[in-house]
Amino acid sequence: MYGNDFSPGDAPGGGLLGEVEAAEAALRDAAERGRRGGAPGADGDLAEYFAQVVDADQKIEPRDWMPEAYRKTLIRQIAQHAHSEIIGMQPEGNWISRAPSLKRKAILLAKVQDEAGHGLYLYAAAETLGVSRDELVDLLLAGRQKYSSIFNYPTLTWADVGAIGWLVDGAAIVNQVPLCRCSYGPYARAMIRICKEESFHQRQGYEILHTLAHGTPAQKAMAQDAVDRWWYPSLAMFGPPDTDSTHSAQSMAWKIKRFSNDELRQRFVDMCVQQADILGLTIPDPDLRWNDERQSYDFTQPDYDELMRVISGDGPCNRQRTAHRRRAHAEGAWVREAATAYAAKRAQQRKEKVAA
Amino acid sequence: MSERSEQAGQLTAKAEPSPLWEVFVRARRGLSHTHVGSLHAPDAELALRNARDLYTRRQEGVSIWVVPASAITASSPDEKDAFFDPAADKVYRHPTFYEVPDGVAHL
Amino acid sequence: MRGPFEFTLALGDDALIAAQRLAEWTTRAPEMEEDVALANIALDQLGAARLLLTYAGELEGAGRDEDALAFLRDDREFRNCLLVELPNGDFAVTMAKLFLLSAYQLPLYTALAGCADERLAAIGAKARKESAYHLDHAALWVKRLGDGTEESHRRMRDAVDQLWPYVAELFAANPAAPVDPATLRADFDATVDAVLAEATLTRPETGWAPAGGRDGVHTEHLSYLLAEMQVLHRAHPGARW
Repeated sequence: MYGNDFSPGDAPGGGLLGEVEAAEAALRDAAERGRRGGAPGADGDLAEYFAQVVDADQKIEPRDWMPEAYRKTLIRQIAQHAHSEIIGMQPEGNWISRAPSLKRKAILLAKVQDEAGHGLYLYAAAETLGVSRDELVDLLLAGRQKYSSIFNYPTLTWADVGAIGWLVDGAAIVNQVPLCRCSYGPYARAMIRICKEESFHQRQGYEILHTLAHGTPAQKAMAQDAVDRWWYPSLAMFGPPDTDSTHSAQSMAWKIKRFSNDELRQRFVDMCVQQADILGLTIPDPDLRWNDERQSYDFTQPDYDELMRVISGDGPCNRQRTAHRRRAHAEGAWVREAATAYAAKRAQQRKEKVAA
Repeated sequence: MSERSEQAGQLTAKAEPSPLWEVFVRARRGLSHTHVGSLHAPDAELALRNARDLYTRRQEGVSIWVVPASAITASSPDEKDAFFDPAADKVYRHPTFYEVPDGVAHL
Repeated sequence: MRGPFEFTLALGDDALIAAQRLAEWTTRAPEMEEDVALANIALDQLGAARLLLTYAGELEGAGRDEDALAFLRDDREFRNCLLVELPNGDFAVTMAKLFLLSAYQLPLYTALAGCADERLAAIGAKARKESAYHLDHAALWVKRLGDGTEESHRRMRDAVDQLWPYVAELFAANPAAPVDPATLRADFDATVDAVLAEATLTRPETGWAPAGGRDGVHTEHLSYLLAEMQVLHRAHPGARW
């Protein structure tokens, strides 16, 4: 329904959706396959069993034994991912009230709503690891767990909604598609569902920019300004370069992560160049050029010092985003208490009825 | 916004967390209900409505069950219980095999 | 003067302004699940608004589409009831407002579904199903807040007291319209009384009855709402989005 006026040929992300479907098929195949060794015996080597399941590209499920560090890594990663969906509603939500047409308003509202839903799927996946959503939300509100730094940048114009869809959602999809093959079952399943539902997000952003770039001079300038501001922060979404990334190697061995930060970043850049061309917008990198030897584009790395500053809390909107989330949570407390009290009263009444 | 919210913003005083519900959806006629995920709600009525909003995004012709996660007893063939905390009495599980109690909730 | 055009415009404006207010809750709901639910309801209202405004534009025959009607009219030209433009207040006010609105919209759309105008009948048939869900959702919260804690009871009671005066305008007689709102009052009262009773609340006395929305005489709040909603569209005359 959204953004279908682009043919599959020039729509970004079409190939990635195919990869999501392939991941889903692989998940079913792996479930069908027998596994050498079968169940662990009473005294079986649990670590060995875990390694066999992961090696066979099968899924670890909630009641399986798993190394404590695997569980902790997953909780951290899934929680950060969930928090990112919830905090990520704010920059785009900022433009719902001012969307320039009723159609755009409906699409944006549906998209931001999807993000709430995705946050909830991910919290549910994290809960299968023995942590409660309330604990995770408290960690977010206390600033002890992070969310993607990209959401600490402001949305200054309507074109930012387009740039977020095209670049930020685009980068997120490149990151997320491999997670559909993650070794932890509930996370992989949540990611498959999310990636499928997100297929329209990137397209709606691209469509917004396409319309602006082919509109009035003021609209085109607005679009270019947004791309100028969101390009490097989007590249930074893939995380620090591989040489500095602390968690990568172990996560790759556990098949939580499947590609390195730099591999995914390169893949994203390679996808964006032609898409920018069709938009008629310029990627703000004078050194961007095709490297025939590598069969990839050479590009300027984002400012990783800036990334670290934003991660550590000094981005333009860190304080604003967290304060907003805290306020919503605090102001809803009396509502949640009322619902709990009402449920308790009704349960009591039912009990009395049964007893009578 | 106000002093009130600043105070309420402290992470100390909090309500009991809502119970967890497992959600099963019949996507189309002729198919059985399939586990799609879980959610939190203070009671069954709200759980059912939240499930509709969250997991079916307003499609018609579907049927939804919500089951208190605490009411599910899980048996998992080649998996073993109690290998990590919290143990089996905590309900944060996505059972691979499940039994749905009769007449729990229909839509 | 209150012919099909004005009537359709009024319904469309009700839905549009209600959607705009509900969407303000996005990222602010008391629970994340409720954020999703409120967005669903806002999307329904917005969907109905688009159908109604598009049709109103056709009835008028002056070449105005949904966006021209939504973004290029001033507050004196809007025909929505005052109830929907009131600020959201706390969650109790928002739920009480949605409850009263949907208890009015449900019988209205149901009657519309059987009216002689085919377009309006089709819109009514679609929208009444959505209204039934909105009413269900709002009633569920009116009950929970009314019969929850002391604080929630107080807030919900205050909300109903605050909003009740705005109900009268909804049912002002309009015999020339495809559906005369005055004929819907009994249905509304039955629904509202039953839910309020279950919520341990009492229906306020009828007294002050502000009105004027249907004639374009609004509260001070509407102009601010429109200033925000229309700012971008108006800044780029004639642009496509």
